[in-house]
Amino acid sequence: MLTDLIGIPIQALAGQLLLGLINGSFYAMLSLGLAIIFGLLHIINFTHGAQYTMGAFAAWIGMTYFGVNYWWALILVPLVVGLIGVAIERLMLVRIRDIAPLYGLLLTFGLALVIQGLFRHYFGASGLRYPIPPLLSSGSNLGFMFLPHYRAWVLVASIVVCLATWLVIERTRIGATLRAAQENPGLVEAFGIHVPRLITITYGTGVALAAFAGVLAAPIYSVQPQMGADLLIVVFAVVVIGGMGSILGSILTGLGLGLIEGLTKVFYPEASSVIIFVIMILVLMVKPEGLFGRAH
Amino acid sequence: MAEPAASAMRSAPDAEPMLAVRGLNAFYGESHVLHGMEFDVSRGEVITLLGRNGAGKTTTLRAIIGQLRNRRGSIRFGGVETIGLPARRIARLGIGYVPEERGIFASLSVLENLHLPPAVGPSAMSDDEIFELFPNLRERLDSQGTKLSGGEQQMLAIARILRAGSRFLLLDEPTEGLAPVIIEQISRTIRILKERGYTIVLVEQNFRFASSVADRHYVVEQGRVVDMVDAGVLEQNLGKLQKYLGI
Repeated sequence: MLTDLIGIPIQALAGQLLLGLINGSFYAMLSLGLAIIFGLLHIINFTHGAQYTMGAFAAWIGMTYFGVNYWWALILVPLVVGLIGVAIERLMLVRIRDIAPLYGLLLTFGLALVIQGLFRHYFGASGLRYPIPPLLSSGSNLGFMFLPHYRAWVLVASIVVCLATWLVIERTRIGATLRAAQENPGLVEAFGIHVPRLITITYGTGVALAAFAGVLAAPIYSVQPQMGADLLIVVFAVVVIGGMGSILGSILTGLGLGLIEGLTKVFYPEASSVIIFVIMILVLMVKPEGLFGRAH
Repeated sequence: MAEPAASAMRSAPDAEPMLAVRGLNAFYGESHVLHGMEFDVSRGEVITLLGRNGAGKTTTLRAIIGQLRNRRGSIRFGGVETIGLPARRIARLGIGYVPEERGIFASLSVLENLHLPPAVGPSAMSDDEIFELFPNLRERLDSQGTKLSGGEQQMLAIARILRAGSRFLLLDEPTEGLAPVIIEQISRTIRILKERGYTIVLVEQNFRFASSVADRHYVVEQGRVVDMVDAGVLEQNLGKLQKYLGI
């Protein structure tokens, strides 16, 4: 029986591929939210990582202080954090809508620092433990590898959420309105559609996606203030590689880059933390608008 | 402009016009584009705004629908003052807008373009009525909106506001860049709409087309109405109009 591939045990290879896919599904969820927000608000939401962190902390706080279990957190946390996003949009982002995009970048970056600072102040930087829900705490032996059930769940849940988001945008009426507003908000408004409200909902939804990812991440990554910032740097590279233009592009690029990162860990571990940035540089040289992006 | 001339351009005082524009000033940033536009449109009328490039015709439509926010004066529609309202509220009063360049969305299919505007009036046309008026569209529903020909895009732009139920239409240069046979088709459509009681404000450069559909023509120069010619006395005034338009 084939037990290794050019000297690499299948067991290790499959394990790394799974890890890569899991990382990739987080890249996909976060870059999807960034792309949706950027498409309508023309703001690069630097708070996105902090909102993911918020999702993880909210799940931990809910469990520790209010006895909210994991499954309820998956539903409630995106709602709560999404509403905080709505407040941020209504109170702050709305005021900088008509001025240079640089201000959006500064504002969201500043907010991210404030949020991270608050979590560090109240919870410390060392990281909190969030238990894997009992239903998913075991695993299965697939013969060639051991599959922890929680990781399989993360993969399935994130792909379902990404595809559902894609379907809503591409196949529904509200999605068509969103696409039209990305193209020409003034005309959409002149048809009687409340574009400012659409913008608020869009931002809230993008933030809710980040928070959902945060809850999914809480049991496998350590819940700590820096978790979102670390991830966001890679996600920005993913967005540059995929291009801002396409929703499906964000999803595929996220998963694909996670896989490539996983493979690199097996075949050339020294490069695993930079491989995505190397790909980003190559893509920028060959196709600056990104693999799935549209040239402006 | 002399006061008597201005008041002569208004309709009879007993009939409240559907649209009444008074002392309309509008600005793009620092530049002052409309300087006291005044005109009326009665229910069921087709009127045109004629004038040279840059006279302020397109700006007038944009000011009426509210796309141009920086505007002063008075625009009363159906008895409602709209000068302070955002575009979405103005549209909801029942005004349908077809912008210059038609505004067909590239990321939407023909069907999605058609179904985009929400209902703004009770007399919304059904899809079947739309396809009766514009048979070409039925075959192309799944195409990308901007893959249509220029004429078909124009039909789609008109179709989607009819479907939303507007009875008052602002059409900005519907014939621009289109072949004569398509222009004829659009002219026929406008006459059908007029028969059905629609009210239409048309911005046009194409005088032949304008004269084939309109009841009255307002001549716009440098951001104000300088003359009004009734379709009935068009022949006698051709020389004057040609001088205004430089043709």
